[in-house]
Amino acid sequence: MISFDRVSKRYEEGHDALREISVEITRDELVFLTGHSGAGKSTLLRLIMLMDRPTRGKVTVDGQDLAKIASRAIPRHRRNIGVVFQNHQLLHDRSVFDNVALPLIIAGYDHREVARRARAALDKVGLLERERALPITLSGGEQQRVGIARAVVGRPRILLADEPTGNLDPALSAEIMQLFEAFNQVGVTVLIASHDLALISRLQHRIITLRDGRLLGAAA
Amino acid sequence: MRATPSPGAGPRREGASASRARLLDRYRSWRDHHSLSAADSLRRVLEHPGSSLLTWLVIGIALALPAALNVALENAREISGNWDSPAQISLFLNQSATREMAQSLQSELVGRGDVASARLVDKTAALAEFAELSGFADVVASLDENPLPNLVLVTPATGVEPSDLQSELVVLDAVEQAVLDMAWVQRLNNLMDLSRRLVLGLAGILVLGVVLILGNTIRLAIENRREEIVIVKLVGGSNAFVRRPFLYTGLWYGVGGGLFAALLVLAALFFLDEPVRNLARLYQSSFELSGIGLIGSLQLVLLGGLLGLLGAWLAVSRHLGAIEPR
Repeated sequence: MISFDRVSKRYEEGHDALREISVEITRDELVFLTGHSGAGKSTLLRLIMLMDRPTRGKVTVDGQDLAKIASRAIPRHRRNIGVVFQNHQLLHDRSVFDNVALPLIIAGYDHREVARRARAALDKVGLLERERALPITLSGGEQQRVGIARAVVGRPRILLADEPTGNLDPALSAEIMQLFEAFNQVGVTVLIASHDLALISRLQHRIITLRDGRLLGAAA
Repeated sequence: MRATPSPGAGPRREGASASRARLLDRYRSWRDHHSLSAADSLRRVLEHPGSSLLTWLVIGIALALPAALNVALENAREISGNWDSPAQISLFLNQSATREMAQSLQSELVGRGDVASARLVDKTAALAEFAELSGFADVVASLDENPLPNLVLVTPATGVEPSDLQSELVVLDAVEQAVLDMAWVQRLNNLMDLSRRLVLGLAGILVLGVVLILGNTIRLAIENRREEIVIVKLVGGSNAFVRRPFLYTGLWYGVGGGLFAALLVLAALFFLDEPVRNLARLYQSSFELSGIGLIGSLQLVLLGGLLGLLGAWLAVSRHLGAIEPR
């Protein structure tokens, strides 16, 4: 589903964020991406999102060579990927419902369909009764669940998460991870960047470890 | 591979009707987003009445100035068109024409429909006047014969083209020469031309100013919503989607500015109406100020809206591209 073939990324200031990364993530897999901060986790996710282009090598997502996607087609590419951020990236002047509905409105769904799907996504993360609330009135864990609802509302085949439990206590973190596992159960390929080794080593999934932009080892 | 619940994942078995329905959905959603953006932008503009009012006033004044000057010019042209003596034709008669012949010509001319008035300047009287005014009395006295011709000054009736009348009069028997005194008419016309160009130039500069002001206002709006733009781009919003609310913001600022401009011009006309009326009465004229009318006001609003869109487009194309998710 996602494949990196000898991918390197050097930033303009000369910093090598990724060096010769080759990794394959198959369909329906849930994979953790770990490593110290600055090891290249975020860069790897950014390349999948086309927020950056690799300096060398080839990234393929869902059979599509990303180098062949022109700037104009990037929005369409992003609509096929759900993303969850550490800092939630919610619109604070819009209700929870509006935040979750945003990707559907962008994708051009009929407004009844938008309402139906947004409510379904909110229901899945257990926040249906808070749909009219402003994000700021929610707790950190709830805000993250809104972020997850927004990521899955368009029923993407790939779900990326960058430190989704970074600001949460262990109990809430475990809950969030369970949510990701649930989506993986219904066929979504999930890639989660996290440095919370204690948490992710308890869960039985493949772990990819990065150090200084290099791949350390992929244990099952 | 497990069966996936997502509709896009499986092989597509939808027929043409389904894809057409999808297209219709997309059109509806596109239209919905337009009305949503328009309403949301208007709400944001009205949310800060103070600063919005200021923007509207600035644009209104910048548009009202050339519009008001144009109205003034139109009125000036109307006044000058109504003047009774726009030109004068000097008919120099033959040396052989006697005073009696000149007088009969003059009364004949007065009887014509295309002549407002005709005045005879007798050559003897003219010579005496010349002698007196020039100080060449001695020289004049020594002349055997009066070198001056009899002269009839003809003023064309209103609506008569002076040059047409001139060519009709020059063929009359007693007339040696018919000189059309157009100098001051031409001067006035040139002055009007000059004023029109000045107004046009001023309008051009002010319109440019309006576009720049709006561009800057939209740039600030973009800066204020930078975070939102990043998020929308992250979840797959196209440039057109991101651009839309800002274009509407520009439109609302421009339309509001155009409305203010129309109001300012109307207020100025109302303010000037009474003194102009009084002045006209003193000159026994029934002249009335003509305003910009409904069409003119609508044109101002339309122009404001177009300038708003243009300014927003400039700002958006310059600044939106620079905002990318980091």
